[in-house]
Parts: sequence; C-alpha cells; structure tokens
Amino acid sequence: MSTHQPPMPQAPAAAPEWQAAPGGPYPGYNSPIPVVRTHLGHALASEWTKIRSVRSTMWTLGVFILLVVGIGLLAGFAVSGSGDLSGQSPLTLGFFGLLIGMMCIITLGVLTTASEYGTGMIRTTMTACPSRGRVLAAKSIVFFVIAFVVTLVTVSFVAMVHASMLKGHGASTPSGGEWLKATVGISLYIALLGLLSLLVGSIIRHSAGAITIMIGAVLAPLVIALFMNASSLEKVQKALLEYSIPSQMGVFYDNTLSSSGPTGWDPLWIILGVTAAAYAGAYALLQSRDV
Amino acid sequence: MIELAGLTKRYGEKVAVDHLTFAVSPGIVTGFLGPNGAGKSTTMRMILGLDHPTAGDVRIDGKHYDQLRDPMTYIGALLDANAVHGGRSAYNHLLCLAQSNGIPTRRVAEVLDTVGLTAVARKKAKGFSYGMGQRLGIAAALLGDPRILMFDEPVNGLDPEGIHWIRNLMKSLAAQGRTVFVSSHLMSEMALTADHLVVIGQGRLLADTSMADFIRENARSYVRIRSPQRERLLDVLHEDGVTVVEAGGDALEVAGGKAERIGELATRYGIVLHELSPQQASLEEAFMQLTAESVEYHAHAAPAPVPRDWGAGWKGA
Ligand SMILES: Nc1ncnc2c1ncn2[C@@H]1O[C@H](COP(=O)(O)OP(=O)(O)OP(=O)(O)O)[C@@H](O)[C@H]1O
Ligand SMILES: [Mg+2]
Repeated sequence: MSTHQPPMPQAPAAAPEWQAAPGGPYPGYNSPIPVVRTHLGHALASEWTKIRSVRSTMWTLGVFILLVVGIGLLAGFAVSGSGDLSGQSPLTLGFFGLLIGMMCIITLGVLTTASEYGTGMIRTTMTACPSRGRVLAAKSIVFFVIAFVVTLVTVSFVAMVHASMLKGHGASTPSGGEWLKATVGISLYIALLGLLSLLVGSIIRHSAGAITIMIGAVLAPLVIALFMNASSLEKVQKALLEYSIPSQMGVFYDNTLSSSGPTGWDPLWIILGVTAAAYAGAYALLQSRDV
Repeated sequence: MIELAGLTKRYGEKVAVDHLTFAVSPGIVTGFLGPNGAGKSTTMRMILGLDHPTAGDVRIDGKHYDQLRDPMTYIGALLDANAVHGGRSAYNHLLCLAQSNGIPTRRVAEVLDTVGLTAVARKKAKGFSYGMGQRLGIAAALLGDPRILMFDEPVNGLDPEGIHWIRNLMKSLAAQGRTVFVSSHLMSEMALTADHLVVIGQGRLLADTSMADFIRENARSYVRIRSPQRERLLDVLHEDGVTVVEAGGDALEVAGGKAERIGELATRYGIVLHELSPQQASLEEAFMQLTAESVEYHAHAAPAPVPRDWGAGWKGA
C-alpha cells in the first residue's frame, strides 16, 4: 500500500555541509562538540551532582548528624552526671544515637535509586547512560563513600567527646581495637546497610515501599522474637534476637543484647554477604526489566 | 538514521507495537502519528533501549542504543512523561546529564538560553509549568548537539509562541542534516512541519509516505450546494454529467473544483442556490479515516462521533 520513500532532504538555501562530510554509510550532522567515549568516571561525576543537588540529601544527613551527636551528648551527660560506667568502655554510649540515626541513612539510600523511578528521572538517566550496570555502580559508589565518610566523622566526634567526658567516671580506657570497631567498623556497617537500602530501592522502585521494607527488616526480628514465648521456638527466638540488625550493631560496641551469636567483626561480614547478594539481584533485575 | 525491523512489544496479552518496519532518514522531519495508545511512546522507548523489544530489532546508524559510547551527542530525546527530578534545579538537571556524557559545561547555559529558561535556571523543576517542563526536556535533548533528535509530542503544553518556535526549531535541525523524529496526534500540526509521515494504529504500520504524497492523495476538494429547488437541480446536474452525492441535511456535494460550472448551470436554468461553497476535506479527516479501525479509546459523546461538516465529505467518497 505504502512504499517507503528514499531520503529526500529538502535542500536548504546554502549547500549543506553534511552531505560532503565523510560520515561513512550514515550521512548526517556532525557536531562541533568533541565526541567523548564515556566511562565510569563520567557516571560518577553525574551521580555526585545528582546527590548533592537535591534537598533530601541535606535533610537526611543533617538529621542523622543531629541525632547521633544530640543523643550521644545526652547519654554522655546523663552518665557523667549521675552514675558511673563500672569498667565499661565509654564508646558504648555512641550506640544509641546510631540506632535511631541509621534510619536516615536507610532513607537516603532508598531515595538515591527509588526517587528516580517516582519522578521518571530514571528514563533520562538511562538514556544518558545506556549501560545500566554502570549507573548502578556509580550510584552505589557515590552513596557508599558519602554515607561512610559522614558516619565516620560523626561517630568519631561523638566517641572522642565521650572518651574525654567520662574519663573520671569509672570508664575503662578503650583499646586501639575497640576504637577501630566503634568508629571505622560501625561506619562501614552503617554505610553497607545504606547501600543495601539503595539496592532494595532499585529492586522495589518505590520510595515508601522500600523504606518500609528496610525499617521492617531492622525492627521485625526483635518484635517477632518478643512474641515467641513457646519453648519449642526458643532457638528461633534466640537467633532472631542475636542476628537482628540492632544486636549486630551492638557487637561493634561489645554490648550485645545477648551473650552468644555474632562476635568481633562478624556483623560486617554478614552484611557484606547480604549486600553482595542484593547487588547481584538488583543488577540482574535492572538488566532484564524495562526502565 | 533510525531503522526498525519487525519491532514488536507485548505487555502481557496486550500487543503495544506490532511488527513495525520503517526507517527514519536524516535531513528531514519525520512525523510519527497515531491515536492514543497506538504505541508511539513505546516505540520511542524501544529505540532508546529503555524497553526491551519482545521481537524484532531497532538500530541507530547500524548500532543498538546501548552500543553507543556517546549517546547524548548521538541522539537527543524528549520523552512523554517529564522525566525530571522535581527537587533539582534546571541548571543542575542539565549539568548532571552533561557530566554523564563528558559534554562541556558551557553547553548547559547555551541550551538554557536556546529554550528560553535562563531566567529560571536556578529554580526547582517542580515549580515549573507544564510548558516550562517541556522546554527543559527539549534543552536536555539538545544538550549534546546530537545528530538524531526524537521528540514525543513536543508541542504538548506549549503556548502559541512556543509552538511556532518548536516548529521552526525542528525544521532548522533537519535542514542541518540531522534526523528529526517527532510524534504527534495532530495531522494539521505535522502538515506544517513534517516532510515524511509514518502513521500507526494499534501498534501496526498504517502508512509510511512523504507528506506531499499524503496531501495529494487525501486532501480532496469538493463543492457543497444547498438549494430550495433540490430535485430540479439534481436533474440539471445529472443531465450535464456531474456526479452528485447527497450529504447530510439538505446539502448536496460534488467532487472536484466545479463551483463555476454549477453556478453557470444554476443561472441558466433559473435555480435558486442558498449555498455554493468549495470545500477542502481536512488532513485531520484523512487521518481519522486512516486510523478509524484502530482507534481503541473512543470518547462516547452524545452526538454523532464525527462533526457534521467534516464527515459529510467522506460519506460518498
Ligand atoms: N509499561 C506498560 N505496561 C503495560 N502496558 C503498556 C505499558 N506501556 C504502554 N502500554 C500499553 O501499550 C499501548 C501503547 O501505549 P503508548 O504509550 O506507546 O501509546 P502512544 O501512542 O504513545 O499513546 P499517546 O498518544 O496517548 O501518548 C497502550 O495500550 C498502553 O496501555
Ligand atoms: Mg505517548
């Protein structure tokens, strides 16, 4: 019925230069803008601009710092005013602020990926960078570095304040290993937890849904364990308590909610494994699904 | 050059795009028409590698989209949904896109100026009107000064000045040798901008023709006549060998440009005419005719679906 017409450019007034251009088998316009072979560095620069140019980043990180520092200082004053630590490390007091503050990191992680689906920005992103794996990698790296650095600085500040504040209050002098765990260790854990949230956000593609799932994952094991009173379920209850995220965070301060379970640096390896699995899942889904 | 070969997309049971095969050539504006839900946006998403085709293939200058190493300097696209994070300023939105493709930062200011958003460059996109959002999308498409441009309903939400501007923009982009592929519902709009026409309905190709050919074939002229001496007029015209078609109401229609002849005949036989008007069937009407069977989402208004003075010309044709 209809036949395709060969290209019949309507010649503009001046002879178009593109016709003479050596464009191989595909003639067309040749831009004066230099052609760049894009790589991960470009994607990283782009993601950095994205994350620093939305207010939710400032909000979540601002609230995180406020919570960790505020609750940390309150706990410090409370202990130095009334009681004494009876030989405990002063670093343990940093735990409480982080317990609540991590919600901010989870939120920021989820928003980094899921908000692009909510706004449709993901289509623009994937058009600008068709390598989906590269987009996910760039987002993960930029977010992880920001989350780790912010957490490390905040947590270290609070830890130093606690150490100097509580010197005369029966606190032990923390060893180098304890310092390392309570600063670098917990910061890596929190940043990985945030990265896990970012990956869940990429899988769920819905901000509120992904945040709910992550908060559920943090709280559910503790809540479920509370209701497991039957003696037959005792083992399950114990495992839920010991491997819940708050308990695992406690391991970095050595004040676990129970005596057995993960110790030392175990929680870091556990979350690393879970995050790696989530990364593989998010990557596979990103490749196979439509944007 | 964009080449589609048997491109098909199925969403569950629903076939959104059905074996589309056509090519979009450089140097001209190619209009992409179809009613709501015809599959235009889906086709464009597949060209950009956003949706995976169920079957078939689409290539840009011989390559798949994800093989392009410099996608934004190669192809710029404006998608239907405004794909912008509302919390980011126009400047930062374009900046992050420029960085992702190694495009010089000065281009951001240049394209903002081109689309007339310089004054609100630092404002958040969520405060933008629909037309301003559309302009921001066009700015993003132009950012890499690409050789192929694809616009999904660009005139949507633009004011008359903006519509005029985008028409000229598309023509000048094509005149520079670029490939310009633009979707629309409006045949009349395409008649003003496009050199070539691809029409789809329910995902299937209905026409792939040059605009000039389409107009020649479809924009038929006829003469509309009303007379109180209707029977007498019919006899006279019949004797003279003029074919008359009864249109709605008491009107008669004669194909072709025979107004003078009919006027002379009426005078000679003393027939009173209430109307003798040359008419042109609109391209819009031709488009509706073409896609009539494939319109999925009809509006159910109380009166007849086609306005009287449009449909009349086609009943006998
Ligand atoms: N992600 C999706 N999931 C399921 N169905 C879809 C999806 N995207 C599109 N469709 C269906 O595919 C068909 C084609 O949709 P598409 O958006 O491509 O049409 P269109 O030609 O752009 O329409 P419009 O002129 O209204 O923009 C529609 O019936 C739509 O419901
Ligand atoms: Mg559409």
